[in-house]
Amino acid sequence: MDILYALFEKLPFSWTQYGFMVNAFIAVLLISPLLGTLGTMTVNNKMAFFSDALGHSALTGIAIGVMIGIDNMLISMVAFGILLSLIIMKVKATNSASADTIISVFSSTSVALGLVILSIGGGFSKYSQYLIGDILAITSKDLLLLFVLLIVVLLIWGLIYNKLLLVSLNADLAASRGIKHRLIENIFVVLVAVVVMLSIKWIGVLLINSLLILPAAAARNIAKNSKQHLIYTISISLLSGIIGLILSFYINSSSGATIVLTSAIMFFITLLIRKLSERS
Amino acid sequence: MPCHDGCGLCQIKIDDLSVEKGRDKILINVSFLVKCGELTAIIGTNGAGKTTLLRSILGEINHTGKVIHEDCTGENIENITVGYVPQFLDFDRTMPISVEDFLLSGRTKTPVWLKKKKSLIEEIRADLDKVGCADLISRKLGSLSGGELQKVLLVAALNPSPDLLILDEPVSGVDEVGTEKFYKMIHKLYHERHIAVAMVSHDLSLVREYADKVVLLNKSVLCYGTVDEVFSSQEFKKEFGGL
Repeated sequence: MDILYALFEKLPFSWTQYGFMVNAFIAVLLISPLLGTLGTMTVNNKMAFFSDALGHSALTGIAIGVMIGIDNMLISMVAFGILLSLIIMKVKATNSASADTIISVFSSTSVALGLVILSIGGGFSKYSQYLIGDILAITSKDLLLLFVLLIVVLLIWGLIYNKLLLVSLNADLAASRGIKHRLIENIFVVLVAVVVMLSIKWIGVLLINSLLILPAAAARNIAKNSKQHLIYTISISLLSGIIGLILSFYINSSSGATIVLTSAIMFFITLLIRKLSERS
Repeated sequence: MPCHDGCGLCQIKIDDLSVEKGRDKILINVSFLVKCGELTAIIGTNGAGKTTLLRSILGEINHTGKVIHEDCTGENIENITVGYVPQFLDFDRTMPISVEDFLLSGRTKTPVWLKKKKSLIEEIRADLDKVGCADLISRKLGSLSGGELQKVLLVAALNPSPDLLILDEPVSGVDEVGTEKFYKMIHKLYHERHIAVAMVSHDLSLVREYADKVVLLNKSVLCYGTVDEVFSSQEFKKEFGGL
């Protein structure tokens, strides 16, 4: 780590002179590809709305943590995130016709519940950091946790990828090939829940879903196969993460929001590329 | 699978299968056999439960009764390998997945975006070539025509080699010349490889031409036998109004 910091200090940019910026930069290098990778399948499985609900439910996770008085809110957030994901999947499986309505009900309930509990006694302001997050506050210990998370997620990801691909294509077809599609989907949503909850402190409830969805959606505009989808997604997420972070330093804006805005621009650029190539 | 070498003895036994949804009985005590090397057509009017039957065989719907693969020694295998060619693959056509990705994902555990084994790609190319589609390998799945997609789905369904091949109205959306080609291909295939084929079809003239056995379904099996037997039965006339 020290070598890394020393290396950054030698760079001829003003932002590399600040320890918090270097930490944030490394965090971006870890979080963006992590969220982007999971995003490819979130988008393929039409779960963008689901992951949005999941992000919002973090508030309830925090509230539960506060209520039972644990110091490390991550535990209650991750636990609640996993629970909510599995419940939504279960409900979705029994009544597929109105999945978006069901997800919406869960989403609003968990946001409201979280806000009510956290605002009792008028003390919500100390939790408002969770709404937009602060990637500049990340420490080297957090970075290590993110790095371990990245490795674990990529391993599980590699193991279930092909099955998940077939499931996202068509569940019946996957089932005919002996794939337990409910199990695979559940492993996937648990994976998403863990990653979302562990990154929310840095990215924020309001923006987390954008980092998950936007790069994958942008890559989808131009990718023709799975490999391209993954490579484009990771490139776009890294690129917008780096550009957004550095831009936010110079214009003194919220880092998370600037990153998301950069990914959004990437989305419209790839959309334009697709439209142009369709025409020609 | 030594039993598949032209024995004609192994069969898939649909044994006393029933499905209930709430209070409705959708399928009632359905039993019939699908012999290997034969095409068994399942016909019936809309709402007769054909799709439910297929999805039960696939294990997608809770049902009572059993689906058993009885091999040539008379031994029962409950875990059967099924190949499924759906009539209409409901999928997101904008999804970035190529024909190669799709076929690979069913054959290997290595993620399809990693470096691929050359032998596996050659195998896929050869399989596609058998149905006359080798040139489709790097196309996006969503850009295929109905007939092309059907052939790719058939290639996927044939690996791993299935005990039972299920064709769900396999030629919808294909032109007439394509239809005939597709059936000739299927015909050759199950004769050569001795696969048991179950097919759901609305097209009675095609059923007459290609099926070996016919199951007439309306919640329960109304009539089961050879094409001639079923097509000349009273039940058939009642269901289809004397076509």
